[in-house]
Amino acid sequence: MKPMSKIVRTVAASIGWFVFVFGIYVIVHGHLTPGGGFQGGAVMATGVALLIVAYGGWGAERCVGKERLPVFESAGLLTFIILAFGGACLGITFFFNFLANKGGLFGDKLPLGINPGIFNSAGVIPLMNMGVGMEVLAGISLILFAMFYGTKRVREGRCLVDNEEKEEDV
Amino acid sequence: MSWTEHAPILIIAAPLLVSFAIPLLEKIDYRVRNAAAVLSLAFSVWMVLIVLHKIWGSGPVVYVFGAKSAFLPLPSGFKFPVRIMLEIDNMSAFMALSGSIAAMVGVIYSWAFVREEEGGLGKYYSLFLLMAVGMLGMELTGDAFNFFVFLEIASIASFGLIAYRREDPASIEASFKYMIVSTIGAIFVLVAIGFLYGRYDALNMAYIAKHMRIGIVERIAFVLLMVSLAMKAGAVPMHMWVSDAYGRAPAAVTATLVSVSQASLYGLFRVMFSMFGVTMNNHFGGWMLIIFGLLSMFIGVTMAIVQKDIKRLMAYHAISQTGYMLLGVGVGLAVLDNPVALRSYGLAAMTGGIFHIMNHAMYKGLLFLTAGAIFYRLRTFNLNEMGGLARKMKYTTIYFIIGAAAIAGLPPFNGFASKLMIYESVYKFNPLLSVVAMVVSILTLASFVKVFHSAFLGPEISKTRDVREVPKSMVIGMGIMAVICILFGLFPGMVVKYLAGPAAVSLANQTGYISSVIGGGM
Repeated sequence: MKPMSKIVRTVAASIGWFVFVFGIYVIVHGHLTPGGGFQGGAVMATGVALLIVAYGGWGAERCVGKERLPVFESAGLLTFIILAFGGACLGITFFFNFLANKGGLFGDKLPLGINPGIFNSAGVIPLMNMGVGMEVLAGISLILFAMFYGTKRVREGRCLVDNEEKEEDV
Repeated sequence: MSWTEHAPILIIAAPLLVSFAIPLLEKIDYRVRNAAAVLSLAFSVWMVLIVLHKIWGSGPVVYVFGAKSAFLPLPSGFKFPVRIMLEIDNMSAFMALSGSIAAMVGVIYSWAFVREEEGGLGKYYSLFLLMAVGMLGMELTGDAFNFFVFLEIASIASFGLIAYRREDPASIEASFKYMIVSTIGAIFVLVAIGFLYGRYDALNMAYIAKHMRIGIVERIAFVLLMVSLAMKAGAVPMHMWVSDAYGRAPAAVTATLVSVSQASLYGLFRVMFSMFGVTMNNHFGGWMLIIFGLLSMFIGVTMAIVQKDIKRLMAYHAISQTGYMLLGVGVGLAVLDNPVALRSYGLAAMTGGIFHIMNHAMYKGLLFLTAGAIFYRLRTFNLNEMGGLARKMKYTTIYFIIGAAAIAGLPPFNGFASKLMIYESVYKFNPLLSVVAMVVSILTLASFVKVFHSAFLGPEISKTRDVREVPKSMVIGMGIMAVICILFGLFPGMVVKYLAGPAAVSLANQTGYISSVIGGGM
């Protein structure tokens, strides 16, 4: 994939941030609004897709830091499972919501009846959403990069030229 | 309360945790990664034994996720189970024992079998553990939707593992074929569970079983579940993926994949006995299992005889042996509503069929591992390019003899014990079925004599001149399975008394399964 024109790259650079911020919004409000870890992570990964289209695969790879993605993926999954183990370690049950209604982090008690949504509630669920969000962002980004490596130009070694082109262009 | 209270979930959670941690552990050292994978599955085996001990003491174990107490299926005054739970009776624990041992052996064997320079080993071990998690989850869960989730985990992990040797286009093809077939099957399962959810507003298998009223929706769900799970178990006429997938996956994966298919077989039995049971027409269900079983036995073995590829040959035998389990348990299902017949031969047939599940996981796993050992040294599966290996690979030869004798049903190996139980009890139900089973057993023996002769006997050929014995981890892995084959063959009475017999009784006892979750109260 060749980097696209300067106009496209500039627009992508400014819009990309909005995509990422919106993805983070969907993840951290997962316990209050529609969405959650998976959906938000997928939204953020579309930001990576935007970078790949605008800057070409190699440019996006440098920008995102691809070698960090597997670590990110693993860290997200570990967050999830360690939070699940937390309940068992406290002697209650696996997946027990040990932070809910205890005060502190995500521990506010919810009032009965209609309320506008209290962000600091729901215990481990928002934290698990964040773990899933990290995992999905890294996983889908890796899939996108794998698709990029599968394109004909990369396989035939022609894509290295794009890299040079980009260097002179910038 | 001691920590063993959490043993049921630790069976699944320990390999899951290590599977997620493996990409990080890999950064330390490859030995740390491999040891963590082996230890997590050994831990699972230990936990299964603890749970089994508990079940012998006090009946089925229930573990409720996220509740105030793990043993409270109906928390806070609910009239129906709302939470996800594991429900483990003798049958589930038996399957989990067989599956976790097979997975542990697979990982031990992989240590030397999959070489570092092949690359992607972190992903290999992650997927391997995820496949084990999916398999164990299917066997332990008491929730229909969770069953589907674990089915998908096991399937998706195995797609990746089958295609691990990417340089061989046939393995990509095998993985793709399995992916298509298995995804369609999984969608059938999902639709069937959706139908049941729509009718009963619940996903707990025991709750659905308790309120089962047979109507058109239930019939559709029954047929969809039966067909798709029989397909995943590899029964003829839905067997076309088995020979490719088993034949092309790395041998360590194939040995575990046998157990993963058996988890689907367990799902099939669980659905037919515990969810539908005698409410559905059990003669129809039983005869369907028997017909699947007969077709699998006969077509599997006749296809196997003509093969030249050693792993494809064994894969067709795997289909054929699945037929024995379907036959044995199918006879039990067909007489489920007749207490006299059930006591006189039905339970014995089921015990034989269930005993055969674990025997099959062990000896077929062992055979696939020996095929992998041959491939490790010769880089070929073609029987025509082998010869005289008995001179060079003495452990592999002995293990192959044990595996081949066990699959052919020769005493004193484990296959003999379970096959004899099936012959005797099925003979009382219908003599013809028993005759077919015996003929198939003889053909199996013939086929393995052929393999033994062409691979191990005879003079050494130019290709096998420099062959040595395989590395230690592979010898140990095969050794564990061989020891189990011999022990089960020498003491079949103990196994039937403590493992297979109680498993058959708990499978036939639908009310026991229901009451361990819902209690007698409702």
